[in-house]
Amino acid sequence: MQFIEEANKKALEIIQKAQPTLVGMGIAGDVVPGMHKHLIMHAGPPITWDRMSGPLRGAVIGALLYEGLAQTPEEAEKLAASGEIEFDPCHHHNAVGPMAGVVTASMPVFIIENKTAGNFAYCTQNEGLGQVLRFGAYSSPVIEHLKWMEKTLYPILKEALEIHGPIDLKNLMAQSVQMGDEVHNRNKATTSLFIREMASSIVKTKASREDQARVLDFLNSNDHFALNLSMPASKATMDPVGQVRHSSVVYTMARNGTDFGIRVAALGDRWFTAPAEIIDGLYFPGYSTEDANPDIGDSCITETMGIGGFSMATAPAIVQFVGGTPQDAVNYTTQMYEITLAESDSYKLPPMNFRGAPTGIDIRLVIETQILPVINTGIAHKKAGIGQVGAGVVHPPMKCFEDAFEAYVGLLDDEGLLE
Amino acid sequence: MSVSDLFKQELKVVNMGLESFYTDLRNQKVPTIQVQWKPAAGGDRKMASLLDRLKRSQ
Repeated sequence: MQFIEEANKKALEIIQKAQPTLVGMGIAGDVVPGMHKHLIMHAGPPITWDRMSGPLRGAVIGALLYEGLAQTPEEAEKLAASGEIEFDPCHHHNAVGPMAGVVTASMPVFIIENKTAGNFAYCTQNEGLGQVLRFGAYSSPVIEHLKWMEKTLYPILKEALEIHGPIDLKNLMAQSVQMGDEVHNRNKATTSLFIREMASSIVKTKASREDQARVLDFLNSNDHFALNLSMPASKATMDPVGQVRHSSVVYTMARNGTDFGIRVAALGDRWFTAPAEIIDGLYFPGYSTEDANPDIGDSCITETMGIGGFSMATAPAIVQFVGGTPQDAVNYTTQMYEITLAESDSYKLPPMNFRGAPTGIDIRLVIETQILPVINTGIAHKKAGIGQVGAGVVHPPMKCFEDAFEAYVGLLDDEGLLE
Repeated sequence: MSVSDLFKQELKVVNMGLESFYTDLRNQKVPTIQVQWKPAAGGDRKMASLLDRLKRSQ
């Protein structure tokens, strides 16, 4: 239908021309729209405390301890269940968060501006691996590390960024997909490029030599640091697509550890949800699918834009982390062209003969071909506080797409656009 | 060319649908490729009818 094709053309133009740029840092309570002291933002579609999975509950407990709203985990649980705390998806506040995705008022965030559309996106700083809040850990060292990130890492990076000036994240990620990152589960090149950009500015800050060195050591030790830049860059790119009437392009995919949710441009802010899947992947020694929490996190905003699992071919090394062979990675990417409308002008994949990343998921194509988006992801333990137990490949439930497609056709029908 | 002429030549087969046909021919060393084909919407009637609704309106 001509009007759908025109709407999708507009959606693709928004994606292709987006210019996500790291413009600064701030404290969530000061800069994130709608943030307040008693709000806990989380990954995925909306969810209530009673339906939250272990890692998300753990992260909520940790966040309440971090904010000083509770003194013990028991007190935090009681407060979380009391109704005094508001829970709302990061996505409702122009933000994204990996795994549990918990963001509270005192947390520092990166500020990303899409210079083309003028919209903003926000994301916290990545904590590293091991015992971390995003996997639901809330022990004292986790909270102390978050405090170090707030009191030392953040001021130094903020000042360094002011010295350096804005960083073009599209350019950074376009380079890293040619250096073996798919920029979701492999961020080694992106993180390295970020350090290269920032190093001299970090040593020019007023902070002590010791703190500067500790910041550089932390960045160097955390291969996933740049995930918290690629996610908001993808979010800033995709959000304006949500304003395009009649477009059948998916502009959000996200999971809260209980439900998987998608949003489609023509259907605005409405979520289409279904139970999140268990991830097929490689488990760390001593763990198995029995330990796994269902799929969790906003990080599949990268796949929604066309990187991550969609660009897996460009990251052959990742199969050692998520399972499979380099040929499987090429097959996944090849298959994603079947459900997308275009190839990225910016993210070019060398192993695909420099084809652009598969871009613009069309729900019509997902329904017609029955091919589901592929997502590379980490696996959280189902119990709060244990952390990451593996990584693998997962798909959204087909039901999200079926319900969205039915609603989409219904909308067009209601508007008298169908014969 | 008649069908009988076809079988006098070396066969090169493109198989759609049941993969066991492809496997059997491969086992007999007949050059064969498998096309991954599924009916629209995997045969789901409700989804297929919605797709059809969109296509009919073009």
